[in-house]
Amino acid sequence: MYLTLAWRNIWRNKRRSLITVFSITFAVLLACFMRSMQLGAYARMIDNSVRFYTGYIQIHKSGYWTDKVIDNSFNYDLTLQNKVKAIEGVILDVPRLESFTLTSFRNQIKGAFVMGVDPQRENELTNVKDKIVEGGYLNQDDDGIALAEGLAEYLKIKVGDTLTLLSQGYHGANAAGLFPVRCIIKFSLPQQNNSVIYMALPSAQWFYAAPDLITSVSLLIDTPDNTDRIVAELKSHVNLDELEVMGWHDLVPDLLQSIELDNISGKVMLWILYLVIGFGMFGTYLMMTAERQYEFGVMLAIGMRRMRLQALIVLEISIMTILGVAQGIALSLPLLTYFHYHPIVYGKEAAKAIESFGVEAIYPFSLDLVIFTNQAYAIFIMAIILSAYPVWSIYRMKVVESMRA
Amino acid sequence: MATLIKATQVSKIYHKTVVPVHALNKVDLSIEEGEFTAIVGPSGCGKTTLLNILGGLDHPTSGKVEITGIDITNMKDSDLIDFRLQNIGFVFQAYNLIPVLTAVENVEFIMLLQRKDKKERIARAYELLEKMSMLDKADNRPGELSGGQQQRVAVARALASKPRFILADEPTANLDSASTANLLDLMAQINKEQKATFVFSTHDQRVMDKAKRLVTLLDGSIVSDITR
Repeated sequence: MYLTLAWRNIWRNKRRSLITVFSITFAVLLACFMRSMQLGAYARMIDNSVRFYTGYIQIHKSGYWTDKVIDNSFNYDLTLQNKVKAIEGVILDVPRLESFTLTSFRNQIKGAFVMGVDPQRENELTNVKDKIVEGGYLNQDDDGIALAEGLAEYLKIKVGDTLTLLSQGYHGANAAGLFPVRCIIKFSLPQQNNSVIYMALPSAQWFYAAPDLITSVSLLIDTPDNTDRIVAELKSHVNLDELEVMGWHDLVPDLLQSIELDNISGKVMLWILYLVIGFGMFGTYLMMTAERQYEFGVMLAIGMRRMRLQALIVLEISIMTILGVAQGIALSLPLLTYFHYHPIVYGKEAAKAIESFGVEAIYPFSLDLVIFTNQAYAIFIMAIILSAYPVWSIYRMKVVESMRA
Repeated sequence: MATLIKATQVSKIYHKTVVPVHALNKVDLSIEEGEFTAIVGPSGCGKTTLLNILGGLDHPTSGKVEITGIDITNMKDSDLIDFRLQNIGFVFQAYNLIPVLTAVENVEFIMLLQRKDKKERIARAYELLEKMSMLDKADNRPGELSGGQQQRVAVARALASKPRFILADEPTANLDSASTANLLDLMAQINKEQKATFVFSTHDQRVMDKAKRLVTLLDGSIVSDITR
C-alpha cells in the first residue's frame, strides 16, 4: 500500500510532477548526448593514435623512447618472438624499423618518416590497405614504397615514379636509395598524411644498413583493458636492461593529458546542468513538503512513525527520479545509437581547422554503458541529497503545529 | 469501572517567553472506561488543547497525563507515536482522510501501520464500513464523498485500530443536521454496544445532548463536571 500511496501522491499534482519528471528526462538526455559525443571523440582520438599507429603496447630497446635514433634498434629474434606470442591476449606482433629521411623528387625536397614494416602484419594492425587511394599495396619483400598522400602531393610524385631517399643509417652508415612508388595512402591524421613512407621491412633494413634490426614491436591485444596485465607479463619475460615495454598510456601521454583537460571542462558543464535541474527538483520537493504539512501532521497523529513518513516521501521522490531517468535513457539510446553508426561529419572549413590539431574531423558517439549509468547515478545522488529537505522537515515537524497549518 | 485517562494539574502555556497565553490552568480530569464524554465551552477556552494533550499530540507545560496508568507526559516522540497508534483513535473536525486513498484503504491504512496482515485488515475495514453504512462507498475517494460520509469513514478509521478510547475534536462542526444526528447515533451505538470510550470537544448542543458526561471549560479551567 505504501507504493500505491506514493504513486497516487505523485499524481495528485499531475502538472508539477510531469514538469519534474520531464526536467530529469531532459537533463539525462542532454547529459548522455554530451558525454557520448565527448567520450566518442576521445575514443576516436585514442584509436587514431593507438589502434592505428602505436599499438596498445610497444617493445623497444631501452632508451629508444627518449632518444628515437636508429642506433637504438634491437634484434627481434625468434626466442623473443615466441615469448611475446605466448602471452595470453596478444593477438599480433608488428615489427617496425622507423627513422627519418630526406626525400627528393625532381625539384622538390622534404623530410619524411620511414616506417619499415611487415606489410601483411602492418595491415592487420592499422588497416592501411583500406586507406590506399591509388596503386597497389606492398608485397612482403617489395623494393618499392607506399607514400602518404600529403607528402606525394608536396613532392608532385605519382605511382610508378621513383623517389630518392637520403639518410643516415645504423651506426652512421650512409643511407641512400631509389624507391619506386607503389601506392598512395591517405591518412586521416594530417601529421601522418604529410610525412609517412611505408617500406617493406627487408628494404628498410637494407636502406638503413641495419640487417635483422628493428626499432619497435607494436602489439595488437584482445582488449585495451588487458594492457596493464600484458605489460606486466612482458616485463617479467624480457631483460629490462636491454628492452623497454610500454603500454599505450605511456606511448601517448600528451594525448591523454589533453583528453583529461577537455574531460574536466565537459564535467564542469555537466555539473552546471545538474545544478540547474537540481534547483527545479528542489523547488518541487519544497512545495511538496510545504503544501502537505497538515496531512503529514495528521499521519503522525494517527500513529505513522516519522521514519515511515520520511520513507514514503523518499519513495515518491525515487519514483519520479526513476521515471525521469528511465525516460531520458530510453530517449537517448536510439539517438546515440544513430550517431554512433552515423557520426557527425564536419564541413570543409571546420574539418580543416580540426584536422590541423591532428584530429580526425568527425564526431562518432560512444555507446559506452558508463555514459548511461553515470547519469543515472548522478541524478539519483542529487535526488537523495535534495530529499534531505523533506526528510529533515518531517523530523522537525511538531504534530499540533502542522495540523494548525 | 477502571480509570482510563487521568490528567493531574495539567497546565499549558503558549508563547511562554513572549506574551504568555494560559490555555490550560491546572486541570484535573479523570475519564473512566466506556464513558461518552463531551468537553464543552466557548471558543478559545482550551478544549482542543486539552484534547491534544490527552491524546499525546502535545505536551503540557506542567502536570501529568496517565493513560491506563502509563505516564505519557515525558514519553519519547517515537514511543508516543506507537502509543497513539495502539491506544487512541482520532476523529478530526476536517475529517482528515488521506485524499489519495479510497474509503476502505483509509480504514485499512491504520491497521497497516499496526502491521496487521492483509486479510485481517480488509475484513475489518469492510466490517466497519458496513457498520457505518458506507459499504457502497468503500471504493470512493474522500473527494467523492459528502462531509457526513467522510466523517463516518473517519470514525471507522478511528475504530479500526481497536483503540482504548476515541478523541473527537469538534467532529460535527462541518456537518449538516441530518449528518450530525446520524453520526451521533452511530457513535452512541458503538459506545453502548462495544463499550468504546468517546471523548469529544464540542460546542454543538446536539452533541452535548447526547453526551453522558459534560465537562465545561472556561479560560483553561474546568468550571463544571456533570454526569447524567
